[in-house]
Amino acid sequence: MNMAQPVSHALSDSAKARITDLFPRYPDKRSVTLAALRVAQEEQGYVGEQAMADIAVLLELTPVQVYETATFYTLFALEPVGTYVIQVCRTLSCALVGADPLIRHLEQKLGIGVGGTTADGMFTLKNVECLAGCGAGPMMQINDEYYEYLTREKIDRILDDLRREGKSSLASGPFLIPLETA
Amino acid sequence: MPTYEKILLKNMETPGYTGDLAAYERAGGYQAVRKVLAESTPEQVVDVVKRSGLRGRGGAGFPTGTKWGFIPKDPSVPKYLCVNADESEPGTFKDRQLIERDPHQMIEGTLIAAYAIGAKVAYIYLRGEFALGARVLERALNEARAKGYIGKNVFGSGRDIEVWLHRGAGAYICGEETALLESIEGKRGLPRAKPPFPAINGLYQQPTVINNVETLANLPHILTRGPEWYAAIGTAKSPGMRIFSVSGHVKRPGNYEVPLGIPLRELIDEHAGGVRDGHRIKAIIPGGASAAFFTPEHLDVTLDFESIAQAGSMLGSGGVTVMDETTCMVWAAYNLMGFFHHESCGKCTPCREGSVWLYRILGRIEHGEGRPEDLDQLVRLCGNIAGKTVCAFGDAEVAPILSTLKHFRHEYEAHIQQKRCPMHPNVLAMAAH
Repeated sequence: MNMAQPVSHALSDSAKARITDLFPRYPDKRSVTLAALRVAQEEQGYVGEQAMADIAVLLELTPVQVYETATFYTLFALEPVGTYVIQVCRTLSCALVGADPLIRHLEQKLGIGVGGTTADGMFTLKNVECLAGCGAGPMMQINDEYYEYLTREKIDRILDDLRREGKSSLASGPFLIPLETA
Repeated sequence: MPTYEKILLKNMETPGYTGDLAAYERAGGYQAVRKVLAESTPEQVVDVVKRSGLRGRGGAGFPTGTKWGFIPKDPSVPKYLCVNADESEPGTFKDRQLIERDPHQMIEGTLIAAYAIGAKVAYIYLRGEFALGARVLERALNEARAKGYIGKNVFGSGRDIEVWLHRGAGAYICGEETALLESIEGKRGLPRAKPPFPAINGLYQQPTVINNVETLANLPHILTRGPEWYAAIGTAKSPGMRIFSVSGHVKRPGNYEVPLGIPLRELIDEHAGGVRDGHRIKAIIPGGASAAFFTPEHLDVTLDFESIAQAGSMLGSGGVTVMDETTCMVWAAYNLMGFFHHESCGKCTPCREGSVWLYRILGRIEHGEGRPEDLDQLVRLCGNIAGKTVCAFGDAEVAPILSTLKHFRHEYEAHIQQKRCPMHPNVLAMAAH
């Protein structure tokens, strides 16, 4: 394999400040590990080795203590991913209402398989387990936003919105179902 | 359709309700905790909750007041309250709604519980994917802190109660209470062996209570209206209201708040609108993916902890998934096994290794490559997992398989005999992990 290794960056001072600001919340700095990894990922798009080493210094841990935690949790990307990470729920309730054909649709639309990233680095496509949107399925999460009651057409519009404007008005708001009770 | 007075969903189903602190207080919010801090001792609060009969809404159904009663009284020992907001049980989406639509109701319950057990710090462990919920909760916590409801000297009571949001990062197992504690401590979410129980040796080795979001949301109402009022709702052993999340092949999927003890049929047919037109129910999961499948014969079972258990499943998380006759039961079990296989934390050998084999065997049966001996092999494997792991995950992962084998064995046999899935002849391989 002759793949370019991702450049691993040091954490910025502002990221370090966001991490140390959380110390007073806990009797033990190690408790900040998940939050620190999240800060690193928000800043750099993924959690690289240098960022984990920096977190270890801040939290007074060994790098491997940070690494072993990072590798346990699916939300941390240890390698660079697309600008938009599409995570489609595949678990039973969504599968019952048609998640699988929508995953195939996304694969065709993006020209990648599940686990892949588009050549322009825009989209990464993944399957995920239940995201607690079961009654509003099929559903998916793209970065921080949920998108529910999906159809092929709705997915196409969401992807177009993201390409064009970087966000989509089709994202879910505060959850309440069935909707007619609101 | 029978209608019931809404308790937990009342505010959020009121048109125009925003869920911010002012709206919550206009609806009577924060009166219960204010009164409790001014007029009741922690022991009295524990007693009220014990008498209400409230049982945990996360899955196990343990009596909440009894759980609190295990916490040592010694005031010199730091104690912790953890809010289990790691809602991840497939088919369950009630806590997400309670958090996103009425966060202060849960926060008020958190303050009451923290006071009752003598905790000065509470952590809300929110599942990592709930980014909107995190924004809503942070805003709500800041509102409450600014008002003096959280932090030092809450409500002028002389008590300090801090409440912090702690976000998870994608791991179903962290909803297991001791894995949740490990995760707050910054470690991999591996469940701890019990005993010692968290009430004695929990977060940072200190006495700790872990309560579910819905459990806590009940507290302001119980303290306001009294334990007798609460105990009179539902059944004698399973009192109170319960939010059931209904999904799958029903006309109106959603969260329905009903008294414990109504028939499963009423929940599905009346509240969730019944199975979709032109179809009939084939199977129901009554309490999240960890609960055994039911068949239409079970529709008259009532939704309380005892009746569901007696009928061979569990009330669990209240996630009700309905499947109609178009659903292949082997496919459904395979789908859920994909979930359990992915989420096994890897600590215990029977679960770590067994989940791989269960997933592979189910996969080959679904894809027409099953062998006649596979069914006995599945049963043997399940027997080597259930009850042989540190946490309840082992029992959970075998429930969909054993129950579909019990009720729908002929479907498994048909797959093996016909060397294909009879219902999904063109079944797409469920995506590999």
